[in-house]
Amino acid sequence: MLNQLMLLGQQTREEMIETVSKQTQDTSVPESAIEHAGTYWFPESASSFAPAVDSLYMIIFWICVFFFAGIVAAMVYLVIRYRRVGNEINPEPSTSHNTWLEIAWSVLPSILLVYIFWEGANGWFDMRIAPEDAEEIHVTARKWNWQFTYPDGDISNELHLVLDRPVKLVMRSDDVLHSMFIPAFRQKVDVVPGRYTYAYLMPTRVGQYRLACTEYCGDEHSNMRTMCEVHISEEDRKSTTEWQEAIYKPWKNGERLFKINCSGCHDVEGVAKTGPALNLIWGETENFSNADSLTVDENYIRESILYPNAMIVEGYSPKMNSFEGKLSDAQIDQLIAYIKHLKIGDPEDDGILDPEAAAAAEAGEGDDEAGEGESADGETEDGESGDEEPAEGDEEESGDDVDNSGDAAREEDPTAEGDDDTSEDESDG
Amino acid sequence: MIKPERKKELFGHAENNFLNCTSGWKSWAFTLDHKRIGIMYLIGVTFALFLAGFFAIVLRTHLWTYNSTLLDNATYNQMFTLHGAVMVFAFIIPSVPAALGNIVLPMMLGAKDVAFPRLNLMSFYLWIAGTGFLFLAIINGGLDTGWTFYTPYSIETETGVIWATFGAFILGFSSIFTGLNFLVTVNTMRAPGQTWFKLPLFLWSLYATSIIQILATPVLGITLLLLIAERTMNIGIFDPAYGGDPVLFQHFFWFYSHPAVYIMILPAMGVISELISVYSQKRIFGYSFIAFSSVAIALLGFLVWGHHMFTSGQSMVVTLIFSAITFSVAIPSAVKVFNWLATMYKGSISLATPMCYALSFIFLFGIGGLTGLFLGALSTDIHLHDTYFVVAHFHFVMVGGTLTALLGGLYHWWPKIFGRMYNDFLGRVGCFLVFSGFNLTFFPQFVMGARGMPRRYASYDPEFQIFHQWSTIGAFVLGIGILLSFGVLAYAAYRGPKVGANPFKAASLEWQSSSPPDFHNFVHDPVMNDPYDFDAMVYDEELDTYIQREFADPDKVPPRKEPVHH
Repeated sequence: MLNQLMLLGQQTREEMIETVSKQTQDTSVPESAIEHAGTYWFPESASSFAPAVDSLYMIIFWICVFFFAGIVAAMVYLVIRYRRVGNEINPEPSTSHNTWLEIAWSVLPSILLVYIFWEGANGWFDMRIAPEDAEEIHVTARKWNWQFTYPDGDISNELHLVLDRPVKLVMRSDDVLHSMFIPAFRQKVDVVPGRYTYAYLMPTRVGQYRLACTEYCGDEHSNMRTMCEVHISEEDRKSTTEWQEAIYKPWKNGERLFKINCSGCHDVEGVAKTGPALNLIWGETENFSNADSLTVDENYIRESILYPNAMIVEGYSPKMNSFEGKLSDAQIDQLIAYIKHLKIGDPEDDGILDPEAAAAAEAGEGDDEAGEGESADGETEDGESGDEEPAEGDEEESGDDVDNSGDAAREEDPTAEGDDDTSEDESDG
Repeated sequence: MIKPERKKELFGHAENNFLNCTSGWKSWAFTLDHKRIGIMYLIGVTFALFLAGFFAIVLRTHLWTYNSTLLDNATYNQMFTLHGAVMVFAFIIPSVPAALGNIVLPMMLGAKDVAFPRLNLMSFYLWIAGTGFLFLAIINGGLDTGWTFYTPYSIETETGVIWATFGAFILGFSSIFTGLNFLVTVNTMRAPGQTWFKLPLFLWSLYATSIIQILATPVLGITLLLLIAERTMNIGIFDPAYGGDPVLFQHFFWFYSHPAVYIMILPAMGVISELISVYSQKRIFGYSFIAFSSVAIALLGFLVWGHHMFTSGQSMVVTLIFSAITFSVAIPSAVKVFNWLATMYKGSISLATPMCYALSFIFLFGIGGLTGLFLGALSTDIHLHDTYFVVAHFHFVMVGGTLTALLGGLYHWWPKIFGRMYNDFLGRVGCFLVFSGFNLTFFPQFVMGARGMPRRYASYDPEFQIFHQWSTIGAFVLGIGILLSFGVLAYAAYRGPKVGANPFKAASLEWQSSSPPDFHNFVHDPVMNDPYDFDAMVYDEELDTYIQREFADPDKVPPRKEPVHH
């Protein structure tokens, strides 16, 4: 017990590893994830803003200690000095009111509070705003798994980052509220169904860290944990990670969906048709006839697809029908990627990651234009749905299939699943 | 100078009192007497406390090991939900106002009863009904949403959300009725000469609480009805699948539930203001600052709900504003603590059980309040949000604050209510167990939280196990302390030695009635005096209690030590 009491006071790295290794355990995170032991108050520190958070925490801590020690010392002194002995009640007279003293102890602590607020807000700005060149990783949270989709379309179930490379997480939830928490990065942002939320990460230390859900989400909430690994380099990340490989980049799939669903009314060459051209809108400020103007981002495009008449771009009339229930969240993701690519993407990029598999898929379904979009969508996660349901009318159903198959895939070994996909596609071809 | 028989009738232990003036279960079930309703409330909330405390003990036992199999995940989730929901809605919110306030408030005003006695009884039966619905939720599939009912999980879960939310809805009305009653009573039924600044500070805090209760609780009621409508009719206000916004629910919910935090803590602060001055025998320091700080907290409390949502993705401007206003609430709370300490200066401090609780309150509320600074500052909150740090913080405020003040207040007014004294030694032992058990339970949780232990986890990483084990040991000590404290009180109510009207030399009006009070509270018209003028009270040997100078034998009355305060 005494030993444990000491642990409570200060757990060193060695003690922490020993604690873990003594217990044959089944935590979500490998032992190596906690090999960087933190200090008494904090877990390991591995992001650019973690030191600022920690130092503010310690500043507040010492302010609190100062005031608390003062309060308790005064209390103990007063109780001892003025304690009642026997039944003799003899308080000494003293004033019961001193306006200046009371104003002083109201105002002086306020100055400290303003300082704490200021520091907290400043540190928070640094945690909120990702730089322009940040790598964009899409996060899908669902009961009770995490899925991370990288710019090249690869998918993993742990978050893999590269040292010193800023990252912007674009997060959405398939079901209920979740919250993405990486203690080592001091970062936490809720993942909200029905909208995109963003988190900025800037890893500054190689290693494996915990990533946990901190918004209660049902039965397996406490098992919705995974790992965030920071790699020394892009090559290291590419080669050591177990990926679910994609054939096409997300925007390429989005392009196909666009042709099927949107191109009748929206042009991508800058020509206004029934609806506005969409090739240059990303990041621009749009003016509306029935709402305040805003900057085009993921949430705006998503809302325009699902509730097109909520905001009508100036000069156009409300003619678009809602795609609610017709496009899945994953498909909307891909459409957004496409619209974004039109503005800021590399025009040389053909969007194909795995030319062989792509060629095989094209050959197999070249006769059915609609099927292409289908299979492109399907193949990223499950080849079968695309192959068996090539008709355009099944768009909606197929969208659901993709989600379900995604679930199924995650329950098994991701690499094995990925290999199966590829081989199946090849044999089909 | 009055006749000895009359004096005994007024200030002695009353053989005929509100407890025995009528008998039979109907005399309690249909009573309009605020004291009896208060006692029934007290029994009710104590029962809720024990039930929710039992859930807490089960939870802590489960968390003894990091991969415990005592409860499965679903049961664990139900346990923490019910612990929170029963504690918040059925215990803490009604505890000090409806139980203690009901008994004390009219007597402090020198009144016979509250303004609307029937509404008061109605409020109690609504409490019964609301708590009953919470029970029905337990029977009908339980409840696993967390006490916050966050959408969309609360829309899709199979458990008894409708029962529980309807229960909370009814409990809201119970709370509104109590608040309305107190507001009207304080406004219209003060004793002649009792101006606003001659009110005991407990009444200022109950008044501020009542304002919150009647202004904020309706919002909760509407929100819960909308949640029920969303579940049954998919009206599409909170559920993103139908175009709703789950974050809107959080705004609505916290618009009530943050002010509700002050419903929980303000009356507790009022109790402490009384205890500190009575057991120091000193006029409360900075009366008007304490009084106005209660009102300031009540008003500012409406403007800070967004600090529960710093990570929810709400806009940056809104987040900044909420953080700034949140810090402003810290000031009036700190002012109260400084004033309490200044009150003790040059006092005659008795360490009787109520004062031990009051000192515990300053210690625990100090920690609870100061750790709020970590959570108000944006960058640190992002790290600490939804971790055990938050759990520890609000338990320090609600248990260390409200429960401690409730116990202190019960020990203080117990001899008044039942006319019998408790065992002071055992009372202090109970206080020590509560204090030490509480710290042992929740202090390790600050460390765990800062190190990244998320809340509401049924299993956790093994490195946190040692902290959880300390916490669990503490929970058992705390549980024993609470049982002992209530046991000492229950025993005293039946078997304690009889006492007179005012054993503690308190000066507010309720101590001018006999103990236990008469059915009509006062046999005579109470003599209005300053509630903190303790020198106005002198010891009476025949009755072994304190009475006002006016009634004492002039030959035996010592001269005034301080001039009468104006």
